[in-house]
Amino acid sequence: MVKSFGQFLLFIQSMITRKERFAVLWNRTIDECVTIGVNSIFIVAIVSAFIGAVTCVQIAYNLTNPLIPKSTIGYMVREMTILELAPTITSIVLAGKVGSSIAGGLGTMRITEQVSALEVMGINSASYLVLPRILAAILMFPLLVILAMALSIVGGYLAGSLTGSISAQDYIEGIRSDFIPYNIVFALIKSVVFAFLVSAISAFKGYFTEGGALEVGNASTTAVNNSIIAILVADFLLAAILL
Amino acid sequence: MIEVHNVQKSFDGNPVLKGITCTFETGKCNLLLGGSGTGKSVLLQCIVGLMQPDLGSITFDGTVYTNNKVQIRQEIRRKIGMLFQGSALFDSMTVAKNVEFPLQMLTPEMTRDERRDRVEFCLKRVGLENAGEKMPSEISGGMKKRVGIARAISANCTYLFCDEPNSGLDPLTSIKIDELIQEITQEYNITTVIITHDMNSVVQIGDHIIFLYKGLKLWDGTKDEILNAEVPELKEFIFSSSLVRAAKRIDDETHNGVTNL
Ligand SMILES: Nc1ncnc2c1ncn2[C@@H]1O[C@H](COP(=O)(O)OP(=O)(O)OP(=O)(O)O)[C@@H](O)[C@H]1O
Ligand SMILES: [Mg+2]
Repeated sequence: MVKSFGQFLLFIQSMITRKERFAVLWNRTIDECVTIGVNSIFIVAIVSAFIGAVTCVQIAYNLTNPLIPKSTIGYMVREMTILELAPTITSIVLAGKVGSSIAGGLGTMRITEQVSALEVMGINSASYLVLPRILAAILMFPLLVILAMALSIVGGYLAGSLTGSISAQDYIEGIRSDFIPYNIVFALIKSVVFAFLVSAISAFKGYFTEGGALEVGNASTTAVNNSIIAILVADFLLAAILL
Repeated sequence: MIEVHNVQKSFDGNPVLKGITCTFETGKCNLLLGGSGTGKSVLLQCIVGLMQPDLGSITFDGTVYTNNKVQIRQEIRRKIGMLFQGSALFDSMTVAKNVEFPLQMLTPEMTRDERRDRVEFCLKRVGLENAGEKMPSEISGGMKKRVGIARAISANCTYLFCDEPNSGLDPLTSIKIDELIQEITQEYNITTVIITHDMNSVVQIGDHIIFLYKGLKLWDGTKDEILNAEVPELKEFIFSSSLVRAAKRIDDETHNGVTNL
């Protein structure tokens, strides 16, 4: 554990010393933004809309006390999704999607000697292959989280009005009351941290794959497992430190 | 010329290379011959710098490569072209992009048109002028090796390394690959090192052959000398090929003992 953490730090270091030309890194980062960001919009949209909807319906179900105004439902949906569900659940979903594709992709490149081919050409393969993926994740996760925030609030709105558990007016009143802008900043800080964790851990697992196709599969699985655990631990630590 | 001096390498206390000294000559096909697991690939990886030897040194045309400054190692690496055992094409890029890749990375001063011309030239050189737009998953194993060669030579390498260029190919295709490598070597006067355990390649392109056995160099010489070599391990290796046995018999009968393959 300690040893692999040390290796992980060395890996991150090797990536930023002896970088490739800026133009090369930039082009690669844009490519990766497409795979990591654009291709994840659909799944993030679906997940966050449903999470908003379910949160709304379940809070409505629990809030039966007539003394509490209905608009509290909207307020709670907003607080829960912005602060916790949008950044964390989105990152966990992305750990599954992006993490496994990073680890699988790099693992395959490693076992088919594509990484060696880069090295022989005198290219720093860690910097060429991994840095753009981490940068792209750090750029894309916050955008996806913003999308998730918006869509989960919309999901809650639709679910509330369709099931009749809360009127549109109450819901909107709820989501507009006592808004703390810092919560959004906090959520975005979380998403950047999660982005780094998911992409760096998955890249680390993939990059050092040894063996064959079986090991590539294992690398993907451990990448996703470790990323999710790291997300949850970091989530707790950030909440303890920043809130 | 590449000089390898007393290179040793072991894994977890298991010696794989036990002090190898040899030279690879310019303008010639230098063959590394030996059975499975004798450390040919490890030696090649030490030479190109994918692995660090535990001991010993490697010199490229007089410049020491092992443990030298990063810049100097980088300089040498840029002159190295390598064909990997499994071709190692980048499977997210088309064939043409694969060949263009070293140019893009190593010679940023080249314009797009110059690069395109060079790619076209290299693909033509290996006989694949029509496959540029294909993806690596869409072409055959022999074609992949050709693309690998084209990629290795596209940035005008001075040193060409091939790890088993004809493993897994039919005899005819593998002869063609051998001929291609030989032609390129002579045409551009580069130093070529080829790993092989194929006797066909040995007798066809073996300008300089180095025989490895259990991590040691047991013999080196030319293709004309190899059939008369007096090293028992090498004899056993050569004459395990029934084709060579048959050829030698015919040859001995017709030339009355003077081998001239
Ligand atoms: N990275 C490594 N870690 C540990 N042992 C290794 C490593 N690479 C090679 N070896 C060992 O070194 C020995 C020589 O391997 P090598 O790949 O050089 O053989 P080879 O001569 O290329 O054989 P083949 O013709 O089958 O490719 C083998 O016993 C192998 O187990
Ligand atoms: Mg080998």
